[in-house]
Amino acid sequence: MIERVVVLLAVLAVSAVLGLWWQRRQGAVRTRHHHNPADDDGFDWLAHGVNLGAHRTFVQFSSAVCSPCRQTARVLTELASARPDVTHRELDVDDHHELVRDFGVLRTPTVLVLDATGHELARMSGAVDRAHALQALAAAPNAGDPQATEHTTTRSH
Amino acid sequence: MAYNTSPDEKATPPGIDARGPRVGAGITALLLAVVILLGQSTAALVLLAVVAASFAVGAVLGTERTWQSWVYRVAVRPRLGPATEREDPRPPRFAQSVGLVITGAGVALGVAGVAVAVPITAAIALVAAVLNAAFGLCLGCEMYLLLKRLAPEHRQGR
Repeated sequence: MIERVVVLLAVLAVSAVLGLWWQRRQGAVRTRHHHNPADDDGFDWLAHGVNLGAHRTFVQFSSAVCSPCRQTARVLTELASARPDVTHRELDVDDHHELVRDFGVLRTPTVLVLDATGHELARMSGAVDRAHALQALAAAPNAGDPQATEHTTTRSH
Repeated sequence: MAYNTSPDEKATPPGIDARGPRVGAGITALLLAVVILLGQSTAALVLLAVVAASFAVGAVLGTERTWQSWVYRVAVRPRLGPATEREDPRPPRFAQSVGLVITGAGVALGVAGVAVAVPITAAIALVAAVLNAAFGLCLGCEMYLLLKRLAPEHRQGR
């Protein structure tokens, strides 16, 4: 019996650690570290139904089985309607397999933060609150600069 | 403007009280904890089968129709205020089917004589239930896209 209690406590401890780790990562703004089609100029976002904002665009990948997607959409929609130079577009992952694959989207919601030319500056995954969204809007244009990544790669060769 | 951003115009069903599925997950977690304490006995197998059957009801009819939801409505909700947050019923329903697959596998293996599968699958389901009840994390929902991307029909891409 004692060992069953120990197993139960271990399972609960694992759950707590997983939960806290997950909670901390929710909506955290990450600058990009892998290549994607939008690194090249003139990636056709409009073909995917995304109208680029004059300053920033939030492209949110959502699915039907995702509660935090609704909350994230509310936050971003509110922000976009308050700022004319920011747009928000929600895409269902089931309708955009190509984008999901090319941009390495692994969970929903994932929000790409694009600059005026459609380059990815940063991304957030998990439920996004207002503070994270504002932080993402302030993301420095150079933080995710593909050039910077390329220099590092060239040097290491 | 606000309506421009809705996801590709898919009909969204009316929301349910978001606290219901979480309380239900808490009740399920309690049962799964008892399954682990019962070890590899027949009692453990029977209780796991009860949990699996509850998941089946939730997966087919929705979380609102499970007995856990009934307990929530009768015993818990009257003590709480009205729902402040409503949620789409589809994510918790999907989570129920993930729970059904895990606990159903445990029951099937247990019946087939692999008794050790009972506490193992109960432990996996317990992690998911605790994460749901305590943190509001829907593990199955988090893995939905990952599972879809691993599915062979999407490998070639479109």
